[in-house]
Amino acid sequence: MDWEALSLSLRLGAWTTVILIPSGILLARVLAWRRFPGRGAVEALVALPLVLPPTVLGYYLLAAFGGGSAFGRGYQALFGSPLAFSFEGLLLASLVFNLPFAIQPMQRAFAGIAPELREAAWCSGLSRWQAFRRVELPLAFPGVLSAAVLTFAHTLGEFGVVLMVGGNLPGQTKTIAIAIYDRVQAFDDAGAALMSATLVLISFAAIVAIHGLTGRRDRVRV
Amino acid sequence: MSDVTHGLDLAVRQRAPIALDAALECAPGELTALVGPSGSGKTTLLRVIAGLDRPQQGHVRCAGHTWLDAREGIDLSPQRRRVGLVFQSYALFPHLSALDNVAVALSHLPPGQRGERACALLEQVHLSGLEGRLPDELSGGQQQRVAVARALARDPAVLLLDEPFSAVDQVTRGKLQRELARLRERLKIPVVLVTHDLDEARLLADRIVIIHRGTTLQSGTPDQVLLRPCSGDVARLVDLPNVFEGTVSALGPDGTLHLRWRGYTLEVRSDGGFRPGERVDWVVPSRFVILHRRDKPSRGEHENPVGGVCTECTMLGDNALVSIDVDADVDASLSFGVPAHVARRNGLAPGVEVRVSLLAEGIHLMPGKR
Repeated sequence: MDWEALSLSLRLGAWTTVILIPSGILLARVLAWRRFPGRGAVEALVALPLVLPPTVLGYYLLAAFGGGSAFGRGYQALFGSPLAFSFEGLLLASLVFNLPFAIQPMQRAFAGIAPELREAAWCSGLSRWQAFRRVELPLAFPGVLSAAVLTFAHTLGEFGVVLMVGGNLPGQTKTIAIAIYDRVQAFDDAGAALMSATLVLISFAAIVAIHGLTGRRDRVRV
Repeated sequence: MSDVTHGLDLAVRQRAPIALDAALECAPGELTALVGPSGSGKTTLLRVIAGLDRPQQGHVRCAGHTWLDAREGIDLSPQRRRVGLVFQSYALFPHLSALDNVAVALSHLPPGQRGERACALLEQVHLSGLEGRLPDELSGGQQQRVAVARALARDPAVLLLDEPFSAVDQVTRGKLQRELARLRERLKIPVVLVTHDLDEARLLADRIVIIHRGTTLQSGTPDQVLLRPCSGDVARLVDLPNVFEGTVSALGPDGTLHLRWRGYTLEVRSDGGFRPGERVDWVVPSRFVILHRRDKPSRGEHENPVGGVCTECTMLGDNALVSIDVDADVDASLSFGVPAHVARRNGLAPGVEVRVSLLAEGIHLMPGKR
């Protein structure tokens, strides 16, 4: 069992979720409620990681992170180290490839809230922030929770993009999915099996948690 | 006349997205019913008052405060307007109990007092004992009461009700209407009720405002609007039967005038302001159409007698709804009601010749279309 890889994966999943969910809520609300030019294009961009082969996405991200791009050079000038093959680079890639898993469930959840409820909150004297905190967020919570768990679980399991962008640096970019691949290459079937079973268990627990938590809320709301 | 200083005073205009040209006044303690067909802009006006929609021109003033003045660039947010709005769908927060739905609107009170005040408001709308229920666990009528309690929680300067009885059955509707009538006796604020139900408006309102295609056409007491509409359009909107066109033929003494309609000259108690030769719309409410009895002619038969062929005689309980085509012309259909036994005794049935009198005091003239 490669505890270092597991810990790295958990850390990557946690950071991705913590960053992506709050910012994703803003984007999901806008996509759910506003009609603006280019909305379809934004939705398509958000969904793109779902259909692109991970290697294609990984290639473009690697190209963007490298010294050949203005973004890559700017990052290195600012922080003194390159983005490619680093944990920060992996985190950035993870934020991109998790976009559809985070945004889409939350967008659906916010779209399901009747506009009158927000308006009723405003007419009841609640500020926009209070209306969000006391009315919108509780009602969209099942969607937000799904998004968080899906994002976390998907980060643990992502392989192609991680390999392309992060390579296989122990403690830096070697996640548990890469470690499993490594073990198989080294004919360490027992190690691969143990780590695979661990991933299966985590993913299963995550899905059970979504169903349990959202199901309980639904029952309360009936 | 409305107490505009302390009540609600609105005048708005816009071209898009929905054309509006509306004015509305409602004094404290007064209930104004905004009546019009679906899509006439009733709900939009309520949303303008609440600050949820912003018109291009106009003003909204309430309780001495300016909430909207497009020219001055004043447009207060819904949070700063102190409105109590009952949505047509009630818009209760589905994840909050009845008590919390009301308590949410009590943010102006210290947290320690909110529970007690919310309980008192729920008691006021007869929902004691149901404080802990979620909206889905309440009947339609109970949900509506929670919505009313929540609207009153803010101590609003105006109460706005958007078709609040449309989603409940008839028995509950009657009960809720009586409750609203009792409630408004205690309220010292303007109440604006949006409805497309004229009976409801007549029952509850001190003042009716007729709105059509975003334009307010007439404002007045229920009797003024329903018996003396200001135009043929309003007469049709309030579903008055017997609206026709005619020409003023001569002015008589004592404020009477003669109206030419088809081959008849009808005597009318003039509302004033009409000239001989002027084209007018006129209406005679059903209760001023009097059937000539076959068995017992009376002196009243000399008053504006008109003849026609019966096209409909429908028994509705103890009454009969009768339509006749004057001079057998389908474009001149007069409707009126008589007791069922009178209809039977006079042998009223489709095809039968009928004579009626149009009582002069009931004929109301309106300026005609040019």
